[in-house]
Amino acid sequence: MAIAGVAFMILFAILGIVLVYAERKISAFFQLRLGPMRVGKWGTAQTIADVIKLLLKEPHINKDADKFLFNLAPFVIMISAFLAMAALPFAKGLQALDFDIGIFYISAMSSIGVVGILLAGWSSNNKYSLIGAMRAGAQIISYELSVGLSLLTIVVLTGSLQLSTIVESQADGWWIFRGHIPAAIAFLIFLIASTAETNRGPFDMAEAESELTAGFHTEYSGMKFAFFFLAEFANMFIVAAIGATVFLGGWMPFHIPAFAGFNEVMDFIPPIVWFFGKTSFLIFMMMWFRWTFPRLRIDQLLTLEWKYLLPISLVNILFMAFLSLMGWHF
Amino acid sequence: MGSEAIIFYTLSAIMIVFSLLAVTSLRLLRAAVYLLFALGATAAVYFMVSYYFLAAVQLIVYAGGIVVLIIFSILLTSHINEKLQKPDPLKMILTGLTAIIGAGVVWLSFSEYTFIAEPSTGIIADMTTIGEKMLGYGEHGYVLPFEVISILLLAAMIGAIAVAKRTKTNQDD
Repeated sequence: MAIAGVAFMILFAILGIVLVYAERKISAFFQLRLGPMRVGKWGTAQTIADVIKLLLKEPHINKDADKFLFNLAPFVIMISAFLAMAALPFAKGLQALDFDIGIFYISAMSSIGVVGILLAGWSSNNKYSLIGAMRAGAQIISYELSVGLSLLTIVVLTGSLQLSTIVESQADGWWIFRGHIPAAIAFLIFLIASTAETNRGPFDMAEAESELTAGFHTEYSGMKFAFFFLAEFANMFIVAAIGATVFLGGWMPFHIPAFAGFNEVMDFIPPIVWFFGKTSFLIFMMMWFRWTFPRLRIDQLLTLEWKYLLPISLVNILFMAFLSLMGWHF
Repeated sequence: MGSEAIIFYTLSAIMIVFSLLAVTSLRLLRAAVYLLFALGATAAVYFMVSYYFLAAVQLIVYAGGIVVLIIFSILLTSHINEKLQKPDPLKMILTGLTAIIGAGVVWLSFSEYTFIAEPSTGIIADMTTIGEKMLGYGEHGYVLPFEVISILLLAAMIGAIAVAKRTKTNQDD
């Protein structure tokens, strides 16, 4: 148990470092720049230098801030990210917690993270932080619904919420192919809604730097700021991993039922490579969104969720249930 | 004392302490956060007895839903420097007495009832059983209460929208 905990902590730290580097490089390439190049070969040691800088910085607290809640907020976010990550299936048997409520557990855990954001914004005693926190809260609570419903669309096919069972059920093909039309719609909705749930661009009005400085973490510095940063990237990894697990087969290799030889070749690639490959693909998609689309306005954002995504996903889940009853999926 | 007992007593202590803090704190938002801790500890006890579904429901409904809603409304209405006024001593004494009497009644009824420990009751509480019972209309099926509650919730939601909706005349002013 202790070893698993340490392993997750190390994974957390490595994820932070690697994903920040990836984000900076990818954003640079999208803007025809080179990105960080000075520290290490191709700037690979840049994020390590950043981590050391953040560790050495002074933790600053506002005079009129609510100190207890101010210090508590980053930990609430980190704890929720940790708890959610514990249930991810990395490979066959390589899963810390395998509940029969898998997906439900992960969405329950990630729903606690929003408390941390709200607390951070309020306890900073800063207008920008407060507005940022309110926006982030409204956004996360709304988009949680679409994320949940799009995942449930696939649960209709799997008949189980347990993540290991969901992966096993995709041995003959991933659900995005086997569930065809409704699965593809659900996948699109999942991509949009989960990008919004993690407060990333084009849905990042919560920290819209042009109007709110940095949103809910404006007043944070040093390691506490790094916690928010780390949690954001960890959450991105978690939603990408869930998407990969539910829609793209998780650690299950790419199988086509009719071609036994092809399937055997695919089995030679280890499951952990499949898992991290699919997850990084989804993370790349989310970064692609961020550096391509312009930021939405807050009312447009809430309209998109409540008037478009939510009704579409509700109808889609009915469509999927009909399809599954008629046996029209593969 | 095994490790389970230690964890159980720690969680119980957290629950009691934070429940007390939630009702005695003079800062509104802190009270809400203490409530969150108490609810979280309750969910942890459910996890301990391997009743995962109820634990997740406890977290998603109370911690992730209701507490977030409370925090949201506090964010909208109160400023960080605001502190609640201390209630007058008579009220405090009376409330304390009521709480002690209530705890005494609970304690008495618990001590008079003999709990029979059954190592395995044979109740399966996995997700499939819960889902089938929730929408079952045969014996032990809960589809009617389930639907009645959903209609109640729908009515409450429509009511909330009706209250919150601005009328046309207000906009014209």
